Amino acid sequence: MSAYLDFEKPVADLELKLAELKKLADTTPLDVSEAVVRLEENIVQLRKEIAKNLTRWQRVQLSRHPERPYTLDYVELMCQEFIELHGDRTVRDDPAMVGGFCNMDGQGMLILGQQKGRNTKQRQQRNFGMANPEGYRKALRLMKLAEKFNKPIVALIDTPGAFPGLEAEERGQGEAIARNLKEMFMLRVPVICIIIGEGASGGALGIAIGDRVLMLENTWYSVISPESCSSILWRSWNFKEQAAEALKLTAKDMQTARLIDGIVEEPLGGAHLNHEVMAQTLKKVILDNLAQLNQLSPEERINQRIDKFCKMGVYVE
Amino acid sequence: MSWFTRKERGIQTPTEMKREAPDGLWYQCSNCKHVMHTREHKLNAFTCVKCNYHDKIGSEAYFSILFDDGEYTELDKNMLSGDPLQFEDTKKYPDRIRDTVKKTGLRDAVRSAYGKMDNIDIVISCMDFNFVGGSMGSVVGEKIARAIDHAIKHKIPFLMISRSGGARMMEAGYSLMQMAKTSAKLALLSEAKIPYISLLTDPTTGGVTASFAMLGDFNIAEPGALIGFAGPRVIRETIGKDLPKGFQSAEFVLEHGFLDFIVDRKDLKDKLSSLLLMLQ
Repeated sequence: MSAYLDFEKPVADLELKLAELKKLADTTPLDVSEAVVRLEENIVQLRKEIAKNLTRWQRVQLSRHPERPYTLDYVELMCQEFIELHGDRTVRDDPAMVGGFCNMDGQGMLILGQQKGRNTKQRQQRNFGMANPEGYRKALRLMKLAEKFNKPIVALIDTPGAFPGLEAEERGQGEAIARNLKEMFMLRVPVICIIIGEGASGGALGIAIGDRVLMLENTWYSVISPESCSSILWRSWNFKEQAAEALKLTAKDMQTARLIDGIVEEPLGGAHLNHEVMAQTLKKVILDNLAQLNQLSPEERINQRIDKFCKMGVYVE
Repeated sequence: MSWFTRKERGIQTPTEMKREAPDGLWYQCSNCKHVMHTREHKLNAFTCVKCNYHDKIGSEAYFSILFDDGEYTELDKNMLSGDPLQFEDTKKYPDRIRDTVKKTGLRDAVRSAYGKMDNIDIVISCMDFNFVGGSMGSVVGEKIARAIDHAIKHKIPFLMISRSGGARMMEAGYSLMQMAKTSAKLALLSEAKIPYISLLTDPTTGGVTASFAMLGDFNIAEPGALIGFAGPRVIRETIGKDLPKGFQSAEFVLEHGFLDFIVDRKDLKDKLSSLLLMLQ
């Protein structure tokens, strides 16, 4: 049974009806196959309609859908092999940030990203995908390893933010993120970054400096979450919808602003409805982009990476 | 005995002879409430003569303290903020900017300049907290980026003085990318082996801490400055407990290994020029 968001209620109703109809087909001799087909068509039509009119806040809700694929789901579905590597070699291993070398259709690469949990226990263990400084340092250690062995890097971003805790401050959360930004610009291997869920602020950017920065269709990426923005600017948590509108934080907004390089299409209704299709789409995007980036020399990639980010900003003189 | 009886009638002091204490002649320390002469406070590098509280001064004051004879050439003086997102919360963003420009006489939250410090060439970018909380939007990012370009081009050391609440929400995604932009330029500065000193002052938090402020070859701070990634309120809400005393102070950050030293503002110029001379 799928979890429905509030705006998916009409779909939920139809799907319930469909399930009842199918049950009826099993118990009575009546032929309902035509009705089933019609109902299924209706559902698709309705989903298309909803997808067309999604508000920014609804996209935020989709990006946090509890059944959305997370980093390790993609790894599982996209890679033939994966060897996870742990630890920052200084403090401890951060379960909110995962990474390792993988084999994707014969191509060896490093894949890393924030990891959220599927149930309460996992969510706690993964700290809701909020990495501590050691998570960012682990990510950097692995990226340096990839550079050393001349392997491309794929970063999957899905975080409500870097963890704002006591120990995170003691261990230099700001410094850890800052160092990653600076070091990632100089990586000699191709770097592809994809926002697969939430892209909240510095916590997301800390692993999102790449030759390609892409966003899945129903994700968000901005300097602050709509809730926090609402609490600071409106001094209340109740303006999250307005905040989401004001922040222009969807994939389409970010592409219009030329702050990302592209959008990856999701299955109808969202990535959570079909992990397999989503993963195969993403895999193709990764491999296609890698093929393009491999045409460039390390120097060209670094220069283009720096130039791209240095052009971002709007001001008048 | 004219002391007790009035000899002349109707004594009046002409206006031009009247002496009045002008406003701003006295300064009261916001920490210990000690009252001192404004000039005394200024000569003391805007620190309290009694408790050494470092007043939250802006770019103009830092430039006057650090540049020889207060002489400098300002870079990108006229750059102004755009409104790429037509951002509106309780106020329209361009209105907010216009009001702040009017109120502060500043154009945005950072100013960059080059000149001599103890006869050493230096480029300084300095943030102004009273401009929308010293927040970093496109102008701040671009001005810092260009100051670094200037440092690279002329092979001059770069000093960044941070005082900021972090990224500017009203430029959303653009603000976030200024963290990337400034870090990219600092990577180039590093490659060019030009010294970068980052001075963190009260307060330095959020996206500024998580980008250029923590990337110095030398990270230094003023005494007592609040330095952190997340603000104290957010952390308190996250952990549901009060924070220990002195948490996120410059002294705390030094103890945890993220600062090279803490410097009294009165010694700042001497110490910076000594350091830069050793590196020459």
